[in-house]
Amino acid sequence: MSQQQTLTQPETAGNAPTVNTNEFLTFRLGSEEYGIDILKVQEIRGYDAVTQIANSPDFIKGVVNLRGIIVPIIDMRIKFRLGNTDYDQFTVVIILNVSGRVMGIVVDGVSDVISLNMDHVRSTPEFGSVIDTKYIMGLGTVDERMLILVDIEKLMASDDIGLIEQTLN
Amino acid sequence: MSADLEQFYEVFFEESSELLAEMEARLLGLDINAPDPEDLNAIFRAAHSIKGGAGTFGFTDMTEMTHMLESLLDKLRKGEIEIHSEMVDTFLKAGDVIKGQLAAHRGDGTADGDADAIVRSELMRFSEQASEPARVDTETATAPTDLAKHTLNETEPTDIIHSSDSGTASGTKDDHYEIAFSSDGIGQKAMDNLLSNLNMLGKLEMLSHIDGEQCKLRLTTGLDEEDIWEALAFIVDPSQLTIEKQPLPVPSKSVDAHYSVPDQTSSPTSENAYEIEPENVESTESKSAQPYGFFPDAPAAPKESDHTKPDETSSKAPESPKPLTEPANSGLAHKQAKSSTSVNESSSIRVSIEKVDQMINLVGELVITQAMLAQTASEVDPVLYEKLNSGMNQLERNTRDLQESVMSIRMMPISFVFSRYPRVVRDLAAKLDKKVELKTVGESTELDKGLIEKIADPLTHLVRNSLDHGIESPEKRVAAGKIAKGTITLRAFHQGGSIVIEVGDDGAGLNREKIIAKALERGIPVHENMSDQEVWMLIFEPGFSTAEKVTDVSGRGVGMDVVKRNIQSMGGRIEIDSVFGVGTRITIRLPLTLAILDGLSVAVGDQMFIVPLTYITESLQIKNTDIKTVAGKGRVVHVRGDYLPVIALHEVFNIKPSSTNLEDGILVILDAEGHKAAMFVDALIGQHQVVIKSLEKNYRRVTGVSGATIMGDGTVALILDTTGLVMASQKAST
Repeated sequence: MSQQQTLTQPETAGNAPTVNTNEFLTFRLGSEEYGIDILKVQEIRGYDAVTQIANSPDFIKGVVNLRGIIVPIIDMRIKFRLGNTDYDQFTVVIILNVSGRVMGIVVDGVSDVISLNMDHVRSTPEFGSVIDTKYIMGLGTVDERMLILVDIEKLMASDDIGLIEQTLN
Repeated sequence: MSADLEQFYEVFFEESSELLAEMEARLLGLDINAPDPEDLNAIFRAAHSIKGGAGTFGFTDMTEMTHMLESLLDKLRKGEIEIHSEMVDTFLKAGDVIKGQLAAHRGDGTADGDADAIVRSELMRFSEQASEPARVDTETATAPTDLAKHTLNETEPTDIIHSSDSGTASGTKDDHYEIAFSSDGIGQKAMDNLLSNLNMLGKLEMLSHIDGEQCKLRLTTGLDEEDIWEALAFIVDPSQLTIEKQPLPVPSKSVDAHYSVPDQTSSPTSENAYEIEPENVESTESKSAQPYGFFPDAPAAPKESDHTKPDETSSKAPESPKPLTEPANSGLAHKQAKSSTSVNESSSIRVSIEKVDQMINLVGELVITQAMLAQTASEVDPVLYEKLNSGMNQLERNTRDLQESVMSIRMMPISFVFSRYPRVVRDLAAKLDKKVELKTVGESTELDKGLIEKIADPLTHLVRNSLDHGIESPEKRVAAGKIAKGTITLRAFHQGGSIVIEVGDDGAGLNREKIIAKALERGIPVHENMSDQEVWMLIFEPGFSTAEKVTDVSGRGVGMDVVKRNIQSMGGRIEIDSVFGVGTRITIRLPLTLAILDGLSVAVGDQMFIVPLTYITESLQIKNTDIKTVAGKGRVVHVRGDYLPVIALHEVFNIKPSSTNLEDGILVILDAEGHKAAMFVDALIGQHQVVIKSLEKNYRRVTGVSGATIMGDGTVALILDTTGLVMASQKAST
């Protein structure tokens, strides 16, 4: 987590030189609310039919054509084992640009863009082996709601997704 | 013009490479018995231009080498010494050395010091052979033209191509030049470099303070105006630069008398000439016409302007206010000269390949969008929406045209590859003591730049092979009733949607018995009834060589299999025709571009896949009786006498097919690198030209898939990795 902070700090320093804030795009997965660094987000679009890729993990839905680029689509609900994986009119795909690679994540809906003071972000409590907290930067609070901040770079680089080479981080 | 030299490096490197290539081509085309003066001039100019650039950047090794080359060429060009083949060899070697030096300065590789020294000593030797008596002869012979040129020097400096005292006759006829330029925007480092360069040319005097707005220098040198010009051209804005010659009395009496007349008449007008600045006209001309080049054009000025100019100036010289038509004329003449000598250069621009690729991508998108629109529009009533329909038709036509013309940007003539073979053949033929002539046909055939780069190595290998194994020694040829000189023919042409490149020779041809014997020896399954075609294909087996002895040219058996693999990785095919004793022809068929692939779309369940057409031999429906099992599991099908392993695509990709019964679907027979397999699919959909998109760029490699493409409706279809699938089936079945 601390590594990620040092990475993103210089980028936001220009916007808020005195206060240590980061902007996050928040989205819903089931009943939980998540946030990712807005600078990693390229665009948001609806869910389209994908072309399946054989022998890939179940959370990789397949690939789509994004204006001529082949982009893999990852269903975060399957990845985080959140049960309900219906695709309806609210299902959106957030197109991310992480370390030069373009990919899409399927979420239940996008809510807002918020600024968070990084000093107010609480570190993730340890859940032992029950939940893997490796990819969680911390927990933020917005109007009484809890926001789970995902370290998307680490997540995409993880062994089972393997979309980014580890060495890049 | 900024003074930062760094930004010119890349341009210099590129242009130098081009000049070197031109030099080599001219050298190879040179007829030793009757060298074309135009060729010699062109070679000289190339060497000279490189020298000028190298001097400016302080690449002394290049300057020295080109200088020696240039001196020798200058003598050749003036007929002081005779050219012979040994000299051409040395020139070629010198070209290689300069190429190496260039690469070293560029930061890749190191210059070959040994070769440098050898070439230097050889050049030195040739240079010394040019004896003094010969000099005197030519000096007197060229005296009249010399005189005419000197008359011109005052008013038309740039139109004088190398007046004959350039470079070599150092010190004999030193002239004074007054150089004036604005030092605005020239950095200290660049300025120091410039001054030290000028100092190398001759004796330099400062007429004004160099920090001032206007720098005035006096240079006493044996070189001509153009050399000075070139030394300055990189740094000083040409429009700000004037070089004026201040003639000195030359201690030669006979010439002196003629000399003084034009000198006197024109000296009062020298002020005027200064203001008119023919230089200026010339330089802006060259700047506007050729924004990407930076070697001065002066060396390319044709001879005709030499012939016409003397009369013109001599008649006009006495008129003291010079008419303005004069410089305008010179500009015009110059322009004509340029258009005749370098049409391609002035009408082309350099664009980075990424920009072109981006454009190709965008147009690809446009084509997809157009296809989507067309599909939607086809659903409406054509009577009610007639206008929409005709508009759609027009859109389709325009998009196709646009796509074609954008694709053509990436296209380059195959002469870029072919041009390197005269040298290869020449060197190798000399090494092997064979007489070989290389013929190239269809050099203007265009193909994708990416392919050009990839085809060069395989082609080189084939040409070397033809020379080594194909063409016999002159004695053997004569004994066989052929002419002693063998011929290798490189041919390129378009056929259908592909480009065909042939490497043919009139040599010994392939020996069927020998190949079969060798194959048996190596344990490759062969039989006497194989067709010639099949036998010839054996030479592409790894490690296969029928050469009796291994030389450093070929015979190790590595190569042909690599050639075949390279061609196949480009989506191409390779074929051999050969008649024993008559010759061999190897035919390569390539798709027009790397970005587009001819594919067959097949359906499995609800998914669609693209199979590259180059690997498909046939597709057929099969009866249950032809399906056999091996050891109860491995399924094979009996097709035309062969038992082929079955690749069930639905099993490979875990898809639910419409039927698992082989009889219900279709078998596509694939042939990859000599291994055959039958792929089972539900149905064939159609044949498409598809644009290849990378799957790995954003995702990762997927087994059995070589890429992806976007279909007309915007969905993604995967392109099958045929070779991988077939190889996997081989492994599974054996």
